[in-house]
Amino acid sequence: MSSGVAVDLENITIRFGDFTAVKDANVNIKGGDFFSFLGPSGCGKTTILRAVSGFLEPSEGRVLIGGNDMAGIGPNKRPTALIFQNLALFPLMTVWENIAFSMEVAGASAKERRKRADELLDMIALPGQGDKLPSELSGGQKQRVAIARALCANPDVLLLDEPLSALDLKLRQHMRTELREIQKRVGITFIYITHDQGEALTMSDNVAVMKAGIIDQIASGHEIYDDPATPFVASFVGENNVFRGKIKSIDGGHAIISTNRSGDLVARITPAQVGNLAVGDEAMMFVRPEAFEVAPEQGSTGQNLVSAKAVNEEFEGNSFSVFLEGDGGKLIKMSVPNLGQDRISTQGHDLTLRYEPSNAVVMPAGELASE
Amino acid sequence: MKKMPFAEFFRNNGPVMGSLLIGLVGFWLIFLILLPQLSMLDYSFRFNLPPAELGGPKDVYTLSNYEHLLYGSDETKQSFNTVDLKVFVRTIIAAIIVTIFNIVLCYPLAYFLGQAKGAGMARLLVVLLIIPYWINEILRAFALRIIFGETGLLNEALMFLHLASEPIDFIRQDVALYAGLGYAYILLMLFPMYNVIESLDRNQIEAARDMGASWLHIHRRIVIPHAKPGIASGSTMVFMLSAGALAAPQILGGPSSLWFTQLVYQWFNDSLNWQQGAAYAIVLLVSTIAIVLTFMKIFKVNMGDIGK
Repeated sequence: MSSGVAVDLENITIRFGDFTAVKDANVNIKGGDFFSFLGPSGCGKTTILRAVSGFLEPSEGRVLIGGNDMAGIGPNKRPTALIFQNLALFPLMTVWENIAFSMEVAGASAKERRKRADELLDMIALPGQGDKLPSELSGGQKQRVAIARALCANPDVLLLDEPLSALDLKLRQHMRTELREIQKRVGITFIYITHDQGEALTMSDNVAVMKAGIIDQIASGHEIYDDPATPFVASFVGENNVFRGKIKSIDGGHAIISTNRSGDLVARITPAQVGNLAVGDEAMMFVRPEAFEVAPEQGSTGQNLVSAKAVNEEFEGNSFSVFLEGDGGKLIKMSVPNLGQDRISTQGHDLTLRYEPSNAVVMPAGELASE
Repeated sequence: MKKMPFAEFFRNNGPVMGSLLIGLVGFWLIFLILLPQLSMLDYSFRFNLPPAELGGPKDVYTLSNYEHLLYGSDETKQSFNTVDLKVFVRTIIAAIIVTIFNIVLCYPLAYFLGQAKGAGMARLLVVLLIIPYWINEILRAFALRIIFGETGLLNEALMFLHLASEPIDFIRQDVALYAGLGYAYILLMLFPMYNVIESLDRNQIEAARDMGASWLHIHRRIVIPHAKPGIASGSTMVFMLSAGALAAPQILGGPSSLWFTQLVYQWFNDSLNWQQGAAYAIVLLVSTIAIVLTFMKIFKVNMGDIGK
């Protein structure tokens, strides 16, 4: 079992004409990591993947795989295997020929290829399906064949370009678990591209969140969610309520922000921005919908209390989403777990919401994810 | 209950429009394709009789027209009709060579057009390729004759560059004929190839490249198998039309080289023996169809693929 090979991107900039697709990216991916690039479409994440796989050369900077500079080395010579978004299985070849294609290229005999393909078919739980054509398989089976085909060449790094996006929800969730298991079994480095934060958070050891060619944050999924580095990360990953305002005071790790419409509120300064905030700065505070609760003492005021009127309610199954309107028409979303039948609807009521200051983060104002 | 043929077609188009469309297709098939061919077939088995004897006791079916192609005479079967048979074999072989030549020439071009990233550039190139075909086939053949002539553009250029000391007789060497035939139907090879190659998912090429495949391996295993229906369809058309071409051999052929269609033409036009001409034409038609079917069998192409 290999321990995995590290991938390092050093000051990578990629330009297409006047357009800069990726700007000065620095990423160190540990060997054996499941690493995701997460961002909206057009943020440059696929471009980075293509630079790692060798389909394009960065305009500036270096790609290192296992410490070796990959400059000038084509995709067919790199120790990487790429799984395409549309899988790109060869439709005119049988499943086993597809899987063993890299061995065919290397000149292995049909017998050897067949043997290896059958082993891999066992590994992806599709034994005996080698003689079918890809068109005879279901979406999830094709997915697994694509993985087997990529693993056949024993790559050091597996690159996955949103391979689950074509699957339906249930299968996608199942494949997440399966991908993670396969990665643990083979122990090689996985680099995963996705715009789906659920995929990134559930599968990855580490996530890089990208926006318009710039990496905003690299951290574990947990940190990305709890301690977002920028307003973009806070608003792109998961749902968040944003409160804009100016910093009124700073005390250790916490700050009081004088919000535009909801009064003075207290929050924890997000770790990445400690020291970057000063009194009077434009700032943004983020509170997740699930961090709000209905305050025990209704009608009181305080620096972790927001008053709002519940205008609408949506049933989500495991929770209710309550949409509220605060002072000055400020829209707030609160998520209340569904604990059973005896819940009283808050719709139409004036409420005081409460949050734990450690569950709210404040940071310098910046660009939010669109929507 | 038995299902009405074209029931759905009528439901979608209405009874009036549906009947009209099916009627037109039927007219096309029966009057423009089937009946002329059948009458040719009928002619080929009859004697060339003066009008007065038509329908008379001498007007019976015969194999003599076919025997003439084989033996050169209606009476004796002593020797084969080597003159005409040679022309026939030469025509078939030359048409095969022209087809192969077109495949080799069009494949790289179709690959470039189909997979080039700058689609605008490719479109422009396609238009540039089509424009010469706005000119009549005969005029194009004459244009080639001028280019390949003794004092033509090509000879002048070769002499100017000192690559030739005296004019080369491209016409007598049949170079002009092959070039003319190759050029006449090249778009019919290019477009089917271009269409299938354009439909090839570029990711498949990249996936193969990612797995270490060489350029040659990618073409052998990915691109050519995918392009096979287009190649087959283009080859069928080019082969059939080349074997049946008349204008190019007439204008560009050397004085000693005859194309089989010219023999057919002579029987119809010069000898006024339509029956004999029809037999020659039927032999050409049946042989070319047989050859196409054989090649399709060898290269495992289905009839349905060709229509793609």
